[in-house]
Amino acid sequence: MPTSEEVFDKVREALVDALGVDDDEVTPEATMVGDLGAESIDFLDIVFKLEQAFGISIPREELFPDDILTDSGFVSDGKLTAEGVAKLKERMPFADLSRFESNPMVQEFGNMLTVKDLCNYVSMKSV
Amino acid sequence: MRWFWIDHFTEFVSGQRAAAVKCVSLTEEVVDEYAPGRTYLPAPLIIEGIAQTGGMLLGQLSDFKDRIVLAKVIKSTFLFEAYPGDTLIYRVEIKNRDDLGALVEATSEINGQPHGQIELMFAALQDDRFDQVELFEPAQFCRMLRMLHLFEVGVNPDGSPISVPPHMIEAEKAFLKIG
Repeated sequence: MPTSEEVFDKVREALVDALGVDDDEVTPEATMVGDLGAESIDFLDIVFKLEQAFGISIPREELFPDDILTDSGFVSDGKLTAEGVAKLKERMPFADLSRFESNPMVQEFGNMLTVKDLCNYVSMKSV
Repeated sequence: MRWFWIDHFTEFVSGQRAAAVKCVSLTEEVVDEYAPGRTYLPAPLIIEGIAQTGGMLLGQLSDFKDRIVLAKVIKSTFLFEAYPGDTLIYRVEIKNRDDLGALVEATSEINGQPHGQIELMFAALQDDRFDQVELFEPAQFCRMLRMLHLFEVGVNPDGSPISVPPHMIEAEKAFLKIG
C-alpha cells in the first residue's frame, strides 16, 4: 500500500498534467473546481490518469455521484435533502462533506471535492 | 471544404493503436500563409491530424456510430517545424477509455526523427441532446475512410481484417443508387 506521501505525489502529478497547474498550486486543501479550475472533461482525464498511476479501477459514480444529485427523491428546491446527504456520505466516505452539508446546494457540489478527498479516495481504493 | 490532415493510414489495430502519414506540401495554402515569409505546417494542424487519427481509431470501435469529438489537448510538445517536403508519421495509442471518452497518447516523427509528443482527450457525445445528431453523413464518411486506406490496413487484435460496417455499405448503395 502506498504511503500518504506517495499518494499525494502521484495525485499531484496527475493534476498538474491534467489541469496545467503548477506543483505548488496543488495543496491538500485546494478545491478541484474553484482553486484548480477543473472543468467537466478534466475530471474524466483525472480519473484516467489516477487509474493508470495507481493501477485501480474507478467506478465513475464513486467520485461523481450525479445519480444522487439529480434524483428528485433526494433534491428539493435545488438542495440535497437530509436523506440525500446521508446517501452521499455513504457513497463518499473518503470526502469531507461537512462544508457542503451546512448548505447542500446541488450546484455547489462540484466545488466541494478537494485534493485531500482525492488522495483519501485512491488510498482507500489501493488497499 | 477539405479537412483531411492525414494522407492515409499505415497501421490500424482496432481498439489499440494506429499510424498515419502526412506529407507536407507547398500546395497547401496554410503552409505559406500561416506565417507569411516562412513555410511550415502549423502545429495546430499537426494536432488536428493526430486527432483525426485517434478519433477514427476510437470511432471504429462502434462501427463509426458513436459521436467522438476532441475534447482537450492535454499536452503538446514539438521539437522543430515540419517543412514542405517532409513526411510526418503519426502514431497514436489508446491509453484508457470508457463509454464517456478516452485518453490517447501520440507521437509524430519526421524522416525518422522524433518530432512531437501529444496527449489528447476525446469525448463521446451520448447525451440525449445529440440523439438525432449525425456528425458525418455515412456514405461520405465511408468514402473518406476508404481514401485513407483504413480498410486496407485495418485489423482486429486477432489479426483478422476490419470490415466496412454494414450500415455504411447500405448508405453507399443508397448514395450511388445501387440495388
